[in-house]
Amino acid sequence: MIKDLLHSAPSLLNFGIYFGLAVLLLFVVLGFVTYGILSERKIMGFMQLRIGPNQIGGKWGLLQTVADVLKLLIKEDTIPKKADRPLYILAPVIAFAPAFMVLATLPFTDAFQFADIGVGLLYYVAISGISTIGIVTAGWASNNKYSLIGGMRAAAQMISYEIPLVMSLVGIVLLTGSLNLNDIVAAQEKVWFIFLQPIAFIIFMIASVAELNRVPFDLPEAESELVAGYHVEYSGFRWAFFMLSEYVYMFAMATLTTVLFLGGWNSIPFLDFIPQAIWFGLKFSAVFYILVWIRVTFPRLRADQLMEFGWKVLLPVALANIFLTAIIKEIVNLF
Amino acid sequence: MLRTEEMLLNVGPQHPSTHGVFRLVIKIDGEIIKEATPVIGYLHRGTEKLAENLQYTQIIPYTDRLDYLAAMTNNYVLCHAVETMMAIEVPDRAEYLRVIAMELGRVASHLVWWGTYLLDIGATSPFLYAFREREMIVNLLTELSGARLTFNYMRVGGVKWDAPEGWIEKVAEFVPYMREQLAGYHELVTGNEIFVNRVKGVGIYTKEEALQYSLSGANLRCTGVKWDLRKNEPYSIYDRFTFDVPTREEGDAFSRYHCRMEEIEESLKILEQAVVQFPEGPILAKVPKIIKVPKGEAFVRIESPRGEIGCYIASEGKKEPYRLKFRRPSFYNLQILPKLLEGENMANLITILGAIDIVLGEVDG
Amino acid sequence: MTEDATKNEPSPNQPKLNQIVSAIESHVGQDALIDHYINKLSKDVPTIVANPNTYYSIAKLLRYDEQLNFAYLSELHGTDFETHMEIYVHLHSFNMNQSVALKVKLDRAAPVIPSLVPLWPGANWPECEAYDLLGIDFREHPDLKRILLGDDWKGYPLRKDYQPYDVEV
Repeated sequence: MIKDLLHSAPSLLNFGIYFGLAVLLLFVVLGFVTYGILSERKIMGFMQLRIGPNQIGGKWGLLQTVADVLKLLIKEDTIPKKADRPLYILAPVIAFAPAFMVLATLPFTDAFQFADIGVGLLYYVAISGISTIGIVTAGWASNNKYSLIGGMRAAAQMISYEIPLVMSLVGIVLLTGSLNLNDIVAAQEKVWFIFLQPIAFIIFMIASVAELNRVPFDLPEAESELVAGYHVEYSGFRWAFFMLSEYVYMFAMATLTTVLFLGGWNSIPFLDFIPQAIWFGLKFSAVFYILVWIRVTFPRLRADQLMEFGWKVLLPVALANIFLTAIIKEIVNLF
Repeated sequence: MLRTEEMLLNVGPQHPSTHGVFRLVIKIDGEIIKEATPVIGYLHRGTEKLAENLQYTQIIPYTDRLDYLAAMTNNYVLCHAVETMMAIEVPDRAEYLRVIAMELGRVASHLVWWGTYLLDIGATSPFLYAFREREMIVNLLTELSGARLTFNYMRVGGVKWDAPEGWIEKVAEFVPYMREQLAGYHELVTGNEIFVNRVKGVGIYTKEEALQYSLSGANLRCTGVKWDLRKNEPYSIYDRFTFDVPTREEGDAFSRYHCRMEEIEESLKILEQAVVQFPEGPILAKVPKIIKVPKGEAFVRIESPRGEIGCYIASEGKKEPYRLKFRRPSFYNLQILPKLLEGENMANLITILGAIDIVLGEVDG
Repeated sequence: MTEDATKNEPSPNQPKLNQIVSAIESHVGQDALIDHYINKLSKDVPTIVANPNTYYSIAKLLRYDEQLNFAYLSELHGTDFETHMEIYVHLHSFNMNQSVALKVKLDRAAPVIPSLVPLWPGANWPECEAYDLLGIDFREHPDLKRILLGDDWKGYPLRKDYQPYDVEV
């Protein structure tokens, strides 16, 4: 359907359809973010001997996040006097828009996908890098030393971990022979790539946590050092944009992990009577749970150790993994 | 060579990791600290000045507010000073109650340190685990004294209340439970690669430096000085218990961590023995209604969770002290901070500051 | 207090006090000390009262003498006794396993005394505190400042004749 639209002549109707779809996706994503945050808080509560949200929206606090977002909406919008005003206003948008854009190429089931483009994987990696600019902008525009340090750390960290992240995926591309996410899922019909590319999976998980700025890689916003890092001066809905983009990325990253390593919507043998969407949901939830689990368990790395780990450990291992994959592939091809 | 501009950064007084209202003005070049200047006094309440117009018993609640994480030891140091000067024999049961209360306080204080230190380093869960156990201690001490934090429990010559029915048994039950939890703590944190990398070799000072800077408590013992006033200058009834003084040789943040964790175990040993030996008897010595300390002066020091806490009293023989002075361990321990921070990475600031274990109520007096 | 010490049987710390005093008298001078006694009220701590002129040399001797080696400064504070100011320094020697109280009486009108920071860096903040609250001037202190009260504070609160500046509070 999307393909037809893309090929049709531009018209007001087309624009309306696009707009409607985008709004629909936005609500789906916001719906996820709402309950993603709630479930994260619930899981954290469970692991930390707390109850978590339990007042608003019944005893599971089902409307807690909605209330939180509403609160943010009606909060006073403060802009520091000495902030770089245009940049300060622009930064949350730069950070949030790419988070939303990357969702377009992610396939959730074989029918539910917005744009099936040939270089879906590259598209994701390229677009998600733009968010860093938003974070650095925010750090700079706030005219606050803590946020500046946070912004610089974010830039350094994101660039450093983008590389192993992409490198770890080269193995998968080699095995599939395609950058298209649908092809990658199709290639996993028999064996998931987590079993064929275990090293890549580990690197990808670590690098993705770093990309998401989550514990143990939450240096840009390291609360105990930089107070809140790059968004220390932001409040109200501008701050909410940063938070939302963080969770949308979490959603996107969990989806990508599922698609690349856990076989997407493919079922495990003999259980294919269960709908694809449920399979996808289960795997996605597992990845999400692991991300939360990591957050609850680990302390934070130090900035220099973080860099060292990225360049001296992850990158060489990722490169070695590519060679290994290539060699094994050639050997298998020989027979 | 790339040159960067130096930046002046104000850490605190409102900053999540300064554990209160502590301010640190640091000059940084990139992320390297060139110079650090601590600024204190935001919580100065003039306890010593106030005490000059108060009777001795009235001063006890003020001591609670110095080191509010281990108020029992503060109570004790004042009572001990007065008792020393008046040569009061404190009944056994009272001493046991005091020691149990102080050791519970020591465990609670170290637990708070452990939790907040891990929180500083970025791990959120240990904080909540530590507070679960601390809550039990706080409940025990509440049953004993009626207050959660500012106990006002000890009196010159003894304690205010006797232990309620079944309290000693609850303490006895707590000890093995705490041991079990402690093993869990080690499993979760002590071996964690990230944690070890953050604290190992950070904030090193030598034995000589530690002594020169008048450090005390775990800050001193982490350099290999086996010095604990409970052992070396036994006060109260500490000579009746067998316990060890944990030391380390490295003098880094990790060794301070180890010292404190082992101190919890040693405190549990003391509690275990105290509970068994716990005698019957009165809880308050015969002291005059209005306490008048003989003319003269005295300085006593005891081991608080943070180090050596001392109390100096100069008396003119009146109801009020002529001059009262507390040797506050956090105040002395904090002095070495600028030296430790020089040339360090900005991210180590929190690790080093946290490892000193300060309580701002005590630093500012 | 000196009377108390002579009244009862000699304290177990008497030999140590004698050792310290003889060391001081032989190295610093016969009249270096104004007084010395065992403070029975304070757990029998040997107490020596120095002359303001010899205070620093005595401290230096206590710090560096090989036998004495009082390496640890446990406490330093000042007191306003109305007739005079007094500094009380509590030192500890791990060699002798003994503490000693070193006191010095100062002129109340102009309390000036050499700083002990060159000997014990740990005396830094306590001296600042004594300066802040009592107005005792420590000469050659590296950074003497009002450490607890603000720089703009008027007067020295722990002096007995201190009048609160802000009368309305």
